[in-house]
Amino acid sequence: MRRVGSRFASSLPVLAAVLVFTFVLMRLLPGDPAVFFSAGASGGREEIEMVRRQMGLDKPVPVQLVYYLRDVATGNLGRSMTTGQPVVADLVRRLPASLELTFTALFMALSLAVPLGVLAALRPNSLVDHAVRLVCSLGVCVPTFVSGLLLIYVFYYLLGWAPDPTGRLDVFSAAPPTVTGFLLVDTLLAGDGETFRAAAAQLVLPAATMALFVLAPLARMTRASMLAVLGSEFVRTGESVGLSRPRLIGVYALRNAIVPVLTIAGIVFSTMLGANVLVEKVFSWPGVASYALDALLNSDYAPVQGFVLLMAAIFVLVNLVVDILYGLADPRVSVG
Amino acid sequence: MSGAASFVGHAGYVLRGNRLTAGALALTTVLVGAALLAPWLVPYDPVASDVRVALQAPSGAHWFGTDQLGRDVFSRVLMAARLDYAIAASAVGLSFVVGAVIGGACGYAGGRVDRWVGRGVDVLMAFPLFVLAMAMVAALGNRVENIVYATALINLPFYIRFARAEVNGRRAAGWVEAARASGHGHGSVVLRLLLPNVLPAMAVQISLNLGWAILNAAGLSFIGLGVKPPTPEWGIMVAEGARFITTGKWWLVACPGGALMLSALCFNLLGDGVRDMLDPRMRT
Amino acid sequence: MTALLSVEGLRVDFRTRRGVVEALRGVDLVVRAGETVGLVGESGSGKSVMAYAATGLLDRAGRVSGGRILWDGRDLVGVSRRTMQGLRGAAMSMIFQNPRAALNPIRPVGLQIADAIRAHESVGWGEARRRALELLEAVQIRNAAARLEAYPHELSGGMCQRVMIAVAIACSPRLLIADEPTTGLDVTTQAAVMDLLSGIVARRGMALVLITHDLGLAAQYCGRISVMERGVVVEEAAPARLFGAPGHAYTRRLVAASPRRDSTLESISEGGALPPAPPVGPPLLEVMELERRFGAVQAVRGVSFTVHAGESVGLVGESGSGKSTISRLVCRLLDPSGGRIRFAGEEIGAMGAATFHRSRLRRQVQIVFQDPGDSLNPRWSAADSIADPLRRLLGLRDAREIARRVEGLAERVGLEAGLLGRFPHQLSGGQKARVGIARAIAAGPKLLVLDEPTASLDVSVQAVVLRLLERLRREEGIAFLFVSHDLNVVRMMCGRTIVLQDGAVVEQGPSADVLDCPTADYTRRLVAAIPHFAPSAALEAA
Repeated sequence: MRRVGSRFASSLPVLAAVLVFTFVLMRLLPGDPAVFFSAGASGGREEIEMVRRQMGLDKPVPVQLVYYLRDVATGNLGRSMTTGQPVVADLVRRLPASLELTFTALFMALSLAVPLGVLAALRPNSLVDHAVRLVCSLGVCVPTFVSGLLLIYVFYYLLGWAPDPTGRLDVFSAAPPTVTGFLLVDTLLAGDGETFRAAAAQLVLPAATMALFVLAPLARMTRASMLAVLGSEFVRTGESVGLSRPRLIGVYALRNAIVPVLTIAGIVFSTMLGANVLVEKVFSWPGVASYALDALLNSDYAPVQGFVLLMAAIFVLVNLVVDILYGLADPRVSVG
Repeated sequence: MSGAASFVGHAGYVLRGNRLTAGALALTTVLVGAALLAPWLVPYDPVASDVRVALQAPSGAHWFGTDQLGRDVFSRVLMAARLDYAIAASAVGLSFVVGAVIGGACGYAGGRVDRWVGRGVDVLMAFPLFVLAMAMVAALGNRVENIVYATALINLPFYIRFARAEVNGRRAAGWVEAARASGHGHGSVVLRLLLPNVLPAMAVQISLNLGWAILNAAGLSFIGLGVKPPTPEWGIMVAEGARFITTGKWWLVACPGGALMLSALCFNLLGDGVRDMLDPRMRT
Repeated sequence: MTALLSVEGLRVDFRTRRGVVEALRGVDLVVRAGETVGLVGESGSGKSVMAYAATGLLDRAGRVSGGRILWDGRDLVGVSRRTMQGLRGAAMSMIFQNPRAALNPIRPVGLQIADAIRAHESVGWGEARRRALELLEAVQIRNAAARLEAYPHELSGGMCQRVMIAVAIACSPRLLIADEPTTGLDVTTQAAVMDLLSGIVARRGMALVLITHDLGLAAQYCGRISVMERGVVVEEAAPARLFGAPGHAYTRRLVAASPRRDSTLESISEGGALPPAPPVGPPLLEVMELERRFGAVQAVRGVSFTVHAGESVGLVGESGSGKSTISRLVCRLLDPSGGRIRFAGEEIGAMGAATFHRSRLRRQVQIVFQDPGDSLNPRWSAADSIADPLRRLLGLRDAREIARRVEGLAERVGLEAGLLGRFPHQLSGGQKARVGIARAIAAGPKLLVLDEPTASLDVSVQAVVLRLLERLRREEGIAFLFVSHDLNVVRMMCGRTIVLQDGAVVEQGPSADVLDCPTADYTRRLVAAIPHFAPSAALEAA
């Protein structure tokens, strides 16, 4: 537990750095912050002046930083010019879409990569191994925005299996009452099997795109660490006392091999948050990344800042979770 | 300190033994050569539009088909290679130099500064780097050189970490201490002994990162940052072609996308090959 | 008595990148129930391969290409994996070198013992746990009940090896094969583990095959010893016979090269008499109240000693005693936290380690490192490594002059000139050690610090290298500070010995006094723990 605390403390500087970064971002950006923190371009001159005083933009820079930090702490991230809504509200509304996509993709990637990596490691230089290595080599070379489009071409245009690749639900389905924001969960809660299927159908392609992207590092890591563990001396010890093959591979090899995979999974999750920007654009997915991107291209910077801060917060959380899992998986770390 | 001749001989030996690396090397040479000579190789003007031939599928006249403005996709893909390679190469070069110096110095010096740098780099690596690059381009302005800086920045932690780990692992090696007993000071140890030992591994990293950098830079322009249309660039071309994918105009995405994939694949395979080539243990 | 394990004409091949390598070329070995057999040989002799072949644990590249392995009269070559799995652990077990790595790092040791029991007997976890506790008590682990839940990293190396023994004997196998079970353990721990192992084997009526490179260890604990060389057993006999009157030329060389209490440099290696020892001169190195801390750890505490010109002083102690730290402090590669180091009348302890390379005294203090592989720059040829101090310390620039000197140095250390162009990975351990020595003497030092210079070498190579060092010392009058954990080597090489424990000196004086009639308790334990064999006494007894 103390380790988790210390790791949390060590990721605080990142949060601080990101805060300062976004602050500098706001000041470097062309345009007047007061303009887009007020109701946008439509706001009158007096209103802008008032906002300027309110935000303390007439004060020296360090004071402004303090004001800025206070705003962030109280959840005031300004207003989006494009939607006219407070950024926080927009982010909260759109975050479940991004998370649903990312978690589904991570789940798909892990449930494919780990067995593949293990299989490849159990039979090095076999056909399976070569196939996995080929997939890994190719996988890291295909950008998500290309693979996503090609998947659309094949499964929507050629085969007609997938629905129109736009958004989380097709136009014929009614969204379920929002409970968690995750459509798959909400439809099940509402007992609406029809809409569940529709939502799942929309989700498959973008999630698969993202899963393909991170399949390679996960499978590669699983294979490498499994190979290393299988060649290790304690597995040989297990063999030397006559442990059965399933027990040797399941309990002795796999449990040890999963530890480095966990570390990588944290980094992979981060990468997926980044890749979200591309995938959400390709599939017109109404998540936080596409929101930030649209804002960015419209020179609407408050949402961008909010998005970066949100990513930083998620990142800190993910690291904590990985650390806790790591501590559970490996008794050595709790001492060192 | 063995001569250049012996290295060439060894490289030949490795290439003969490893067809895949030889193939990757040949293909990379072709790709880079084509990129350099692109202005003289293209069959059509890559920015000249001709609406009469818009959205044609690949044919003898237009190998990669034409886009919505009737521009020849093959010519555009070829010209785009110049820009994409240049962005990736300068970004990787920048982060390599900065990263090697910072990482090497920290790794050898050790101590508190090193621990902090190491911790910081670890944390930075786990951050969604693409988001960082996006924010940076947004902050610095939507220009090509900022794409280079952003790509360099997100590569930087890898180099720092790599150089640091490599130098750190060798810092306490017997031969480093022996060199100090033979009259080398700390500076000499780092410059004359450790860096040459670390460079091969770094070269592998460069090659692997080139592929990654190309994908990242193209990703940034795909979402509309950095390079502006009508400049031929793979990311933009895919973005423009995306509008037509649901109507089956696959070549607009597949051709620039394929060029991206092929480039990344070549650099990755080459990286693996370079590692074998530079490893003295492979020399017999 | 019938043979438990009988190996007949066993051949094993390994497929490598350079083609097929024959690791075993027709090995015969018989182990009867309840007997203890030693299998000795140097690295590459195939003694471990033999054990792995017998238990069916050869890795993928290895293959039995001929001969038979009879267990209770039944041939095990080519039997199914399931059959071998049933035998391993239940009928025969192994104990490995490096016990910490041999245990699963993320599984409590109690569970690992229980795993071994449940692999062969259908008992519940509760029963398996109860028996695991009994086994931990049987291998004399204190506070056994609490240790059941411990992970390997929470136990010392010696304790891990005890756990490993518990795992191996969990199902009362009839044969135990111990592959270098004490390599890497300190000498006192080694004695305790070996005593425990032989006690258990005797009480439970198990047969033991002890695989080791240490002749003394085999002689002390085995009833019969087989000597292996390059994939064949060259000789097999009772220890007394083997060491008293070795029959085979290789055994004779091996026995002679193994340092004993009464060994001299002339007796362990060939090459006639050494030149006379130089006279001992005035004090060259004076270390006073030396201290060194690493964070909270006090590695060296108040160490004082003197080395006179032309003298050879031994520095002995177990791992963690601070002997390597002292050698780096004396060589000015590391700054002391306190105390003084005087060399040739100058206060070198006060000169910073970072700038000492500019001092004119740098060339007078040189060092030879433990692991010859690690001590050479992998990207430099042997000639480059030897030439480095000539360039840096003597300031030589002329390539021909440097080449001439390098060849001269190579000749002095017995390195063939043809090897000078090779890279470290192309040289054998002994050759690398010679390059390291040539480099250290290149600048003409007055004091040479030798940090376990032969610890990773085979005994026959060690004998030659020790002799080379002694000849150089006598010819050039260099003073040695000889760091070692091997008391018999120190006895041969050093006129005076300093014994270290936990960073402090516990005893120092003439080697004969310190090592033959030690006054300190710790030294007595060290000396008693050395496995010994006295051929003459053994012969008389036989």
